Amino acid sequence: MPLTAAEIDALRLSFGVAARSVLFSLPFATLIAWLLVRGRFRGRFALDAFVHLPLVLPPVVVGYLLLVLFGRRGPLGSWLYDSFGIQLAFTTAGAALATAVVSFPLMVRAIRLSLEAVDRGLEDAARTLGAGPMDRFLSITLPLMLPGILAGAVTAFAASLGEFGAVITFVSNIPGETRTLPLALYTAIQTPGGDAAAARIAALSLALGFSGLAISEWLARRMRRTLGQA
Amino acid sequence: MIHVDVAMRRGDFSLDARFTTPEAGVVALFGRSGCGKTTIVNLISGLLRPDRGRIEIGGETLIDTASGRCLAPEQRRIGYVFQDARLFPHLSVAANLAYGLKRSRGRAHVIEYDDVVSLLALAPLLARRPHSLSGGERQRVGLGRALLAQPRLLLLDEPLASLDAARREEVLPYLEALRLRLSLPMIYVSHAFDEVLRLATHLVVLEAGRIVAQGPLTEASLDPALTAIVGPAAVGAILDAQVLEGDAATGLTRVRVGRSGTLRLRAPDLIAGAQVRVQVLARDVILSDRAPVGLSVRNALRGHIVSIESQGDEACRTLLDLDGARIVAHVTRDAAAALQLRPGGEVWALVKTVSLRSHAFPHA
Repeated sequence: MPLTAAEIDALRLSFGVAARSVLFSLPFATLIAWLLVRGRFRGRFALDAFVHLPLVLPPVVVGYLLLVLFGRRGPLGSWLYDSFGIQLAFTTAGAALATAVVSFPLMVRAIRLSLEAVDRGLEDAARTLGAGPMDRFLSITLPLMLPGILAGAVTAFAASLGEFGAVITFVSNIPGETRTLPLALYTAIQTPGGDAAAARIAALSLALGFSGLAISEWLARRMRRTLGQA
Repeated sequence: MIHVDVAMRRGDFSLDARFTTPEAGVVALFGRSGCGKTTIVNLISGLLRPDRGRIEIGGETLIDTASGRCLAPEQRRIGYVFQDARLFPHLSVAANLAYGLKRSRGRAHVIEYDDVVSLLALAPLLARRPHSLSGGERQRVGLGRALLAQPRLLLLDEPLASLDAARREEVLPYLEALRLRLSLPMIYVSHAFDEVLRLATHLVVLEAGRIVAQGPLTEASLDPALTAIVGPAAVGAILDAQVLEGDAATGLTRVRVGRSGTLRLRAPDLIAGAQVRVQVLARDVILSDRAPVGLSVRNALRGHIVSIESQGDEACRTLLDLDGARIVAHVTRDAAAALQLRPGGEVWALVKTVSLRSHAFPHA
């Protein structure tokens, strides 16, 4: 069953959007997780609530808010376009931003859990061995958080592949530009006689989902083995 | 000199400790669990900050709350061997060992990687991961890792407490070897007095956040404050003795204690001139007002009573000076009255050879 050109387009686009979304949000999610776990500042609870907002808002609302902020006439969108010539609305980059925002809380939660599980005693041990704060983070804390960071990345990647509402609201459904797999599936369903095409895309999504789960499980096991937790 | 003067309050617990010890040798920080021993080593390492106080090592001030000076733990060059080893689980044994070594660049390397590996017998473990090591192996790796960071002082927080008796013997001989091979000052936290006997040169006794006794081990072992902690059955003098001669036929070794006294020990394989540490438990000492005749006891030392005080209901605590060697004897009040024991009075102290605990303790 060779894939059609449109399917390959949608597949490639979905992967591209999800990959950019994950790569872009990973450092920020790690930073936010750090602040939420280790930070002692006023407004920590407000930050916590704000980060989790996309989880409880309908994705369409997220897409709409992004459109208001990052549209060509929006406060951030116009600034980005005027200063850097970057346009987000109705572009692939915009699709990545929309999926990143929606999947961000999932990523933060996974990373946060792994950071909470890091034994502070090991960081203390590193201190007595002469490691400064950044050194400690890079040589001890980060490697120990890696299983959680990986889990967060995989979850966010999967969520990005499947994100529909925020994407279609913010960047519309443009073939080759913003039409990711779920949007292609939606289009096929809306097209008269598109049942077979819809079924093919659904099967493709299913296969992707299973492989993603299998890969993440395999990686997690490997990591637990190296850390001696298995 | 190591000078510690710290005060700290956390909830119900308050610590107010002040002690000064020489920089050479092993200082045992001894006391029951919860008395503040670990808090003190955490304060010295810098992992905790005192509410008030000053810590000084070899003339350098690590923290002084009065002047606001405080060195971060990573700048203190103080090694720390934790009770739970705290090896980095994502690194191999070799990488754990190298962790501190790498970060000590630019300083003179007194302790070399190969030496530590051979001294602690770590070669077969290097490629392994911490989770596959036994408790004793973990402690040895933790010890090696701390040493390779080139510390000027090593803190050991009950490194044997989480090990069973067999595993302890996997580590203790290495600690002894270390003490001899490296002229590295150590502070050894313990609540097990037999470890103290084997390792320490200096004793600091802690009770409920306060220092109740401190001094060279031979002196501090006589301190009445120690009795409350180790219990009357374990009270005893610790004497540094010198081997005079061994007798292969009887398996007994004669050692000199004080200026003129001799004791017979069941300690084979000791060579003349070697230093040995002997513990004489107070409850094992028999007092006599005249030279003993017709007894099986092989050790009779002549001396005089320094002090005598009643302790509890029946027992009297008697401090004796046996020509330079000081020991404590517990006798009943009844016996003290019958023998007319009084300060300055002359006595013979009798100790059975089989009740003497000795430990070869070669002074460096």
